[in-house]
Amino acid sequence: MQIYLPIAEVSVNAFLLLGLGGMVGILSGMFGVGGGFLMTPLLFFIGIPPVVAVATEANQIVASSFSGVLAHFRRRTVDIKMGLVLQAGGLIGAAFGVLVFNYLKAQGQVDLLVKLCYVVFLGVVGGLMFIESLNAILKSKKSGGAAAARRQRSWIHALPFKMRFRTSGLYISVIPPVLVGISVGILAAIMGVGGGFIMVPAMIYILGMPTKVVIGTSLFQIITVTAFTTMLHATTNYTVDIVLAVLLLIGGVIGAQIGTRIGVYMKAEQLRILLALMVIIVCGTLAMDLLLTPSELFSLGAQGGH
Amino acid sequence: MRFLLIAILLFALPVQAAEEEVVLGLSQDRVAITADFDGSEILIFGAVKRETPIPVTEPLQVIVTVSGPQQPVLVRRKERKFGIWINVDSVLVDSAPTFYAVATSAPFDQVITDTEDLRYRISIKRAIRSVGAAMHIRGAQDFADAVVRVRESEELYSVRENTVAVDQQTLFRTAIDMPADLTEGDYTARIFLTRNGKVVSHYETNIDVRKVGLERFLYSMSREQPFWYGLMSLAIAIAAGWGASAAFRLLRNN
Repeated sequence: MQIYLPIAEVSVNAFLLLGLGGMVGILSGMFGVGGGFLMTPLLFFIGIPPVVAVATEANQIVASSFSGVLAHFRRRTVDIKMGLVLQAGGLIGAAFGVLVFNYLKAQGQVDLLVKLCYVVFLGVVGGLMFIESLNAILKSKKSGGAAAARRQRSWIHALPFKMRFRTSGLYISVIPPVLVGISVGILAAIMGVGGGFIMVPAMIYILGMPTKVVIGTSLFQIITVTAFTTMLHATTNYTVDIVLAVLLLIGGVIGAQIGTRIGVYMKAEQLRILLALMVIIVCGTLAMDLLLTPSELFSLGAQGGH
Repeated sequence: MRFLLIAILLFALPVQAAEEEVVLGLSQDRVAITADFDGSEILIFGAVKRETPIPVTEPLQVIVTVSGPQQPVLVRRKERKFGIWINVDSVLVDSAPTFYAVATSAPFDQVITDTEDLRYRISIKRAIRSVGAAMHIRGAQDFADAVVRVRESEELYSVRENTVAVDQQTLFRTAIDMPADLTEGDYTARIFLTRNGKVVSHYETNIDVRKVGLERFLYSMSREQPFWYGLMSLAIAIAAGWGASAAFRLLRNN
C-alpha cells in the first residue's frame, strides 16, 4: 500500500515504513539503544530527504522515549536535578545545532553535514564497540574477567560551581554535565538522534553516575531536548512529517517488544558485537556515498531557504 | 465514448470558425493527492472542428503537452574536494516545470519544425528557461541540461512519441501517466494541431492538482501554523507511542 507523505512529498510503501520501524525497534529492544542513529540513515536510503528524516526522527524519539521515562519515574531511577542540568545544556546545544543546520541548508551543504556527522560518529562508536566487545569475548574465554575499578578522583572534582546531586550521590561541578548536555543537544539537532549512545558512556565514565540512574536520567534529558529540536525544525524548516513519524513509531513499539524478548536469549557480548557490525555497515554505506564518484553530479533543490 | 458524442455534436453544429480548431475533453480536470495517492492517468481526447473539407496535403498531426507549475530550481554541482564529493557551485534556473510530458502522434521532428517549437516552447529543452542564469559559472547550460536529465530519470519529464492516436484526421486521444511524486499546483494541458510541421491550431486548458483531505490539512497547517503543528506532532506521536506500549502491557498481563 503506497502512502503519500504530506511533508516529505514522496510516496512510500506504508509496510516498508512499518517494517523499518519494526526492524529498528527490534534492535533497540535487543540492545537497549534508542535506534535513532540507525533509523535516520535508513530513511536516507529509502529516499526521504535528509532534512525531513532528521526532523521527523527527533519527533519519533520523543514518543518512543515517553513510556520509558514514565517507567523510570515510577521506579525512582531518574536523577531529576542532574536531568535538569543536562537539559539546560541540551537546549543550548539544540538551538546552536539548528542554527548551524539552517545556515548550511541555505548554503546547500546540509546533506553533506548530516552524512559526514553520521559517518564520523557511526565509525567511531561502531569501531570502539567492536573492539571492546571482541576484547570482552576473548577475556571471558581466558578467565572469569575482573571488573574495571571506577576512577575515584579526577580533574572533574577540581572544577568550580559545585552542586549536590542526591539521587546520584554526587557532589560535582555543573560544568561537565552542562557540556555533555550541549554536545548531545547539537547531535540531536543535526543528526536527529537522542544521543543516548554518547550520553550514557559520558554519564558513567566522565560524571561517575551510578548505573541504575543513568538510563532514566538520560531518557529524561533526551525527551526534553528532542521535543525542543522537533519544535525548532517544525517552526523554521517545516520538515516534521507526522504521518512518517506515526508509521515508524507503530512499527518501532511492536518491534521493541519482540526485541526485548530476543535479547533475553542472547549473551551481552554477542549482542554488542552484532550491533557494532551493523553500525559499521551503515557507516560504510554512507561513506561510499561521499567517496565514490556519483552517477549524477548535479542535484536539484528549491530556491534558497524558504 | 464521450469524445465520439462531442465529435458528432460538433459536426452537426454549423459554426463559423478558423479552418481547423481543437475541441477538447479530459477524463478529469483535477487530480486529488490523497494519502494513498499512487500516481494518476489522465485521458486527453478531442476532435478537430472544421468548416472546410480535410486538406489533401500532409496528414494532420497532434501534440499534447501536460506541464506542471513553473518554478525556479536551484541546481547544484558536486566536485571532489578533500577526497569527498561536495556541492561546489550552483545556478538558479529561472523557471522549469515541475512536471512535463509531451505526447505526439508521430516522431517529434516530423510533427513540428524547429522554429515552431521555439515559438510555442513545446520540446522539453525549450520549456525550461534559464535566461538569467549566472554567466560567470562555466557551462551554465550544463545546469539546465541537468534539470532535464535528473527529472527525466525521475520520470517527471518525458517525450512520448507516437502515443497520440489520430483517427480519420479528426478524432485524437492519448493517456498521460503522472507519477506519485507530484508537486501540487495548476497544471496546463496544451494541444497543438500541425500540418507540414506548422501549428495550425492550439488549445490550452488547466488541470488542478491539489492535496486534499488529511494531506491538505497537515501540509497547510505545517506552513501556516508551524508552532501548533509542532505541538500537535509531538502530542500525536506521544499518544501513539504510549498507547501502543500500554496496549502491549495489557496483552502481557492477561
